[in-house]
Amino acid sequence: MTTSTEPYVLNIGPQHPSTHGVFRLRVVMDGEKIKDLDMIVGYLHRSMEKLAEERTFTQNIPFTDRADYLAAMTGNLGLAIAVERLAGVEVPERAEYLRVIFSELQRIASHAMANGTLISDAGAWQTPLLYMFREREKILDLFEMTCGARLTTNYMRIGGVAFDPPVEFWPALQELVDELPDRIDEYHELLVSNEVFLARTRGVGVISPEDAVNASLTGPVLRGSGIPWDLRKADPYSVYDRMDFDVVVGKSGDVYDRFMVRMSELYQSVKIIKQAISQIPSGAHKTDIPLALRPDEGEIYSRIESPRGEIGFFLVSDGGPFPYRFHLRAPSLINLSLLNELGRDAALSDAIVTLGSLDIVVGEIDR
Amino acid sequence: MSSDTRPATPMSRQIAEHRSLLDRALGLPKLVLVALSVALIGFVISQILIGYMVVSGQLDGKWYDIRDFGNAMVSLSDAINSSGMDSRIASTLTYLIPTLLGATGIVSVVGGWLLIGPWAERRLLAKFQIRQGPNRTGPFGLLQSLADALKLMQKEIIIPRGADRFLYFAPPIAVFIPAILGWAPIPWSPKMSYADLDVGVLFVIAISSLGVLAVFMAGWASNNHYSLLGAMRTIAMMISYEIPISVSLLAVVLLTGSTKLSEIVMWQSEQGVWLIMLIPFAALAFLFASTAEINRTPNDIGEAESEIVAGFYTEYSGMKAGLFMAVELGNAILVGALMSTFFLGGYTFFGLETWIPGYLILATKIGLVYFLFVWIRATLPRFRLDQLMGFAWKFLIPVSIALMFLTAIESSILVRWDAPSFLSLGLIALVNVAAAVGLTFVWMRVLFRDTDLSAPPAPILTRKMGGLQAAKVLRG
Repeated sequence: MTTSTEPYVLNIGPQHPSTHGVFRLRVVMDGEKIKDLDMIVGYLHRSMEKLAEERTFTQNIPFTDRADYLAAMTGNLGLAIAVERLAGVEVPERAEYLRVIFSELQRIASHAMANGTLISDAGAWQTPLLYMFREREKILDLFEMTCGARLTTNYMRIGGVAFDPPVEFWPALQELVDELPDRIDEYHELLVSNEVFLARTRGVGVISPEDAVNASLTGPVLRGSGIPWDLRKADPYSVYDRMDFDVVVGKSGDVYDRFMVRMSELYQSVKIIKQAISQIPSGAHKTDIPLALRPDEGEIYSRIESPRGEIGFFLVSDGGPFPYRFHLRAPSLINLSLLNELGRDAALSDAIVTLGSLDIVVGEIDR
Repeated sequence: MSSDTRPATPMSRQIAEHRSLLDRALGLPKLVLVALSVALIGFVISQILIGYMVVSGQLDGKWYDIRDFGNAMVSLSDAINSSGMDSRIASTLTYLIPTLLGATGIVSVVGGWLLIGPWAERRLLAKFQIRQGPNRTGPFGLLQSLADALKLMQKEIIIPRGADRFLYFAPPIAVFIPAILGWAPIPWSPKMSYADLDVGVLFVIAISSLGVLAVFMAGWASNNHYSLLGAMRTIAMMISYEIPISVSLLAVVLLTGSTKLSEIVMWQSEQGVWLIMLIPFAALAFLFASTAEINRTPNDIGEAESEIVAGFYTEYSGMKAGLFMAVELGNAILVGALMSTFFLGGYTFFGLETWIPGYLILATKIGLVYFLFVWIRATLPRFRLDQLMGFAWKFLIPVSIALMFLTAIESSILVRWDAPSFLSLGLIALVNVAAAVGLTFVWMRVLFRDTDLSAPPAPILTRKMGGLQAAKVLRG
């Protein structure tokens, strides 16, 4: 005997515990299986790119905080580097090292958040998330010490960074860097050999290397599929070419691999910060630029590696103080584009975990 | 304070200035400390006096023997019967008064737990998650549940459009019936159980399947797809996991030779052994299956908050949702009580029940099982529905049944063989443990021979960047 069931529509979001922001999935379900899946974005659209055309280049930096609000430092840095390349601004040595330190701290904080929420999506009642928040909290304390803000830092400037860190920053940073590897080992013990977690993540949401490249995925999602591509090595910016670190690459491209790539990148980030602390020179933290910087006419596409992937800025200057066109290549949006394929014919629980492993930030998707 | 030793943020300052309870207690005025120590000495002396009375047997069977409230009930019935009342009135009274008092007792135990339970669970979870937990409402935040309940009562009750009104309003109340009824056969002390049924085990199994009805009603009547999904999942899971529960209770009945809960406890007490030592697999199966029955992690897929929001009670608001959450906590300690009674020796603790009231021992055991539940909840992610059902039907049920047959053989040998109990029971325990481990191993090999059970590969570290070609080289 066969029974036929009627497909029905389930709206996941815009308010839902695991959509990580205001983002909506319209799912056609047959029992527990997903038959079709639509992604509906735009609930957080703030017209950032158009607004940016009426502000000077420096005034645009706070927008990048609010795009990828879990990795404000790398957003700031991306825009700062793009404008520097466009206008030919020199950056002092000390500022470059500070930039590396802060963007790696931001990477740790962001990866901790990403992995923590992924496990929460898999159903662990927030314990790993809150464990990871312990480190994130210390990092945000460091941000607060330096620039007064914890989330929307607005720290990078065109031609350097806004402030030199205060005296108490350095011992606190050293302490954090010393204890971080032990803490990450703790998560490994708690999670990596946890059978329930393995059962939920291995072989789920597999992205083949070909699909990953064709969909132009970037960041840990791409590396989880086995493609060794990291802009810190492939197209070095700032002083990453002087740092000694490895790029972490997964093997099978499933949720577990993306999780592990982020987990192992935490160690690499700590390694980079340690080197930056030992190499950092003294000197100015910023070059003076005119209040209204007027780059020559021209355009530039500049990219850096944010925790979520390649965050790119396309700027067109008409010689005035405002950008003629300001475009943000948001890694979250492009990484999300494969969810349609991944979710189809998967169980609802698997689709949720897959969505969590893509690590989207809706502020960046909608801009 | 110099600037570099001072914690940087308000929160870390607050944590650094936090003093422990002992510190604060030692900081009290001298007079209070002296009064407290006098009270402590007085308490110890009174305990010694009570101990003397217990040893000399002066307490046994008296109405003021608070080790067993059953004594007071018996004395009360005797007093009514000997008072020269009309016999029909007397028999009605001897039935009514203990019934009402007992029902009040059970309801106040469950209700009292609902007052401190949410607080206890949240505090424990907070400790697991290195945070403080509710600590603002009353001493140690103890009034948090009261405040929550008051808040929930004030909230608007929303009835979704298209909901079936009767079926929508009934479940929050209906779900309480099994949660209260389940307490009836549980013995708290030798004479202290509400209804010491001869078919206690069957009663427990029957009652535990009642909860499905309320879930079904709630999920169907809410007119919401999340509710429907949650109800489907919960019903599938509850019905599947009823079988391992029944089978493991059958093993208990086979060994002890009784379906009466008080006799199951007495058997364990007389043999000086807990059933978890004799039939560990049945105990673990019972524990795991009950986490599925009461919707707790790792089996809380019926209300997986990251997937289907709140499962079958998504559409309920205010105190109606509060009742569903409350009944979950009530069920958790009910399962703790059943687990303690069947497998952990109930109200006995190797003779300690002479000294300490049995109900306190049982409460401690319930607390420990509950702690285990919270611990699991704080640690493990949840399974997927198909994994959970597969685990029940492919593994738990066949292995439980096989081991139940083994227990049947053992129990019939036990009856006929006149060996010292430590020898026979020790042998049974050994055989059962070996059989459980062996059978699990073999069955896993048969069932999951295609599944990759090896450790997951570690990620690769590389310094050479590239695209698809590089990826191929990297993977070899």
